[in-house]
Amino acid sequence: MKRYVIKRVLSALLTLLLITFLLFLLVRIMPGNPFPSERMTAEAIEKKRAEMGLNDPILVQFFHYMSKVLKGDFGKGTSLYYGAPIHTVLKKCLSNSFKIGGIAILLGTFVGLLLGIVAALNRDRFWDVFCSVFSILGVCVPAYVFLIFLQYTFSYKLTLLPYFFDSTDFLRSTIIPSVSMSLFTMSTVARFTRNEMVEVSDSDYVLLAEAKGMYGAKLITRHVLRNALIPVVTVLAPLVVDLLTGALVVEKIYGIQGIGKLMVDAISGEGIDYNYVLALGILYSAMYIGIMLVVDLLYGLLDPRIRISAKGGDNG
Amino acid sequence: MNDFEFLKNRNLQTDRNFASQPYWAGVFKRFFAKKRPVIGLMIVSVILLLAVIGPMVSGYSYREISSVINPETGKQVVARGISPRIPWLHSLLGKEPYTDFFAEKTFLFGTDDLGRDLWTRTWYGARVSLLIAFVTIFIDVIIGMTFGLISGYFGGVVDAIMQRFVEVANSVPRLVIVSVLAIFMPKGIGLVIVALLLTEWIGMSKIARAEMLKIKELEYILASRTLGAGNFNIIFKDVLPNTIGPIITQVMFSIPTAIFTEAFLSFVGVGIMLPQCSVGSLIEDGFNNITTLPYQIIPPILVLAFMMLGFNFIGDGLREALAPKLEDM
Repeated sequence: MKRYVIKRVLSALLTLLLITFLLFLLVRIMPGNPFPSERMTAEAIEKKRAEMGLNDPILVQFFHYMSKVLKGDFGKGTSLYYGAPIHTVLKKCLSNSFKIGGIAILLGTFVGLLLGIVAALNRDRFWDVFCSVFSILGVCVPAYVFLIFLQYTFSYKLTLLPYFFDSTDFLRSTIIPSVSMSLFTMSTVARFTRNEMVEVSDSDYVLLAEAKGMYGAKLITRHVLRNALIPVVTVLAPLVVDLLTGALVVEKIYGIQGIGKLMVDAISGEGIDYNYVLALGILYSAMYIGIMLVVDLLYGLLDPRIRISAKGGDNG
Repeated sequence: MNDFEFLKNRNLQTDRNFASQPYWAGVFKRFFAKKRPVIGLMIVSVILLLAVIGPMVSGYSYREISSVINPETGKQVVARGISPRIPWLHSLLGKEPYTDFFAEKTFLFGTDDLGRDLWTRTWYGARVSLLIAFVTIFIDVIIGMTFGLISGYFGGVVDAIMQRFVEVANSVPRLVIVSVLAIFMPKGIGLVIVALLLTEWIGMSKIARAEMLKIKELEYILASRTLGAGNFNIIFKDVLPNTIGPIITQVMFSIPTAIFTEAFLSFVGVGIMLPQCSVGSLIEDGFNNITTLPYQIIPPILVLAFMMLGFNFIGDGLREALAPKLEDM
């Protein structure tokens, strides 16, 4: 197991480094000039370029950039939030995104699990039908549509909740975005849990456990649920990344200062802010790779079969 | 009287399940035996049909701003923000015709804030989504499938390098790819297609590779090789037909994802550009006018949702029909 973990961590770090380098390269070979050329003479530009290290070989530039990034310094935006260092903006946005995304994940996972379990236990009865209709709805309708709907009914028509995100009224203004973001997770988790539970319940070893006199909650939690949850963890992983990194459109519509909105602002405005694109690209990739890594390792913990096979051979 | 006699006048049932039947006939039968796939197929066909003929029958163009001349003042009146209406239906139900300037005009879904017919625009937008669906099929089959099959077939160093590449490509979030692309390319439908081109093949390549790994050890491949078949022949003539089930299923499931991505990118404003429209940009328009013209957002949302529903149902149906479990047979 230890060897497997080390191997996975190293390969994840290598991938991240490669992606960072690619992003850096792409942004650096961009056509265009960082200085207003009409107002500066050629010598002045040349001097400034040398000062900023733009004439160095790309690997040296990358090394300088990375050593700054590792200290948490992403430089400054070129057009977005002009003048403010990126890392202070990022810090604020990250905390907003993480809070709302976190609530959405918790809500989605718990309600989804509950719904899936209830549906599997009442197969072909009301809750099962409800669960399947709900999961179809959740998969077919994007989160931002739910958000628009909730915003329109609860904020605009009924005026019960704030129309836009307001950090001073955090609790009340989190309800709409986190509920609408959680619906997709909820329906996916519910559907997977239900299907897996049904499959496991029909298996021979559950029949054996029943034949030996096990029943009720003990059977469900110990034998059915534990095995049913393993695949659910895998589908949950990409969803967690999506939610933590901010459901972009949700943040944009509800006016949440999160990294999703930041990303959309950085690319959809008139000028594209390269530094933000680069910083956010690295951040997103890091989170994505990090969570995938955690899930892979978690998978090994949850399922002893994987742990044992990983010990024996190398299937990393 | 005998102890035994032949059953007469009774339809002796042949065992339809295990009786020999061609693979595709079985797929066909299993697909149509269930309600959901049929519903899905119907939904997608209706949307396809309306996307083709919808803009034609309305009499408006997607970029045309409807207006009439006010007979009293002689000035143009633009049909801004008109709610859905069908004059003959209105006079049938309400017993009185419309009395405003647009009394004779039919706007099935109403008009938007600039005075364009939403019926036309919605179906025009659906065309874009369907275009994306076809592009996805193309990407999946041409890039994803070929990549996966080749990687799985050759194994060893080739496979290791190709899989590293997949891993890197798979670790870059889609939005990052789009945003980097947005630096290089003008925003528009081309950007969306290139973004899909870069990301959408990955899932398919994994499936194709897994299938290849499963099949290439089988004896008929060995036989084929012994008889002198080349690599190309083995990959595309011997293995490919046997992997077709999972591949078709994967294609069907990647279509909704791609349509979603396009709608999302257009909503954000890096997708389709004005005056063209797609379902995503129509939802955005509707959202911007939601307090004044709330009906405007409903048609594109419904079209998007039904498209998702249809493709998902077809995908589910195909998965079960192409790779039946024993108890389903």
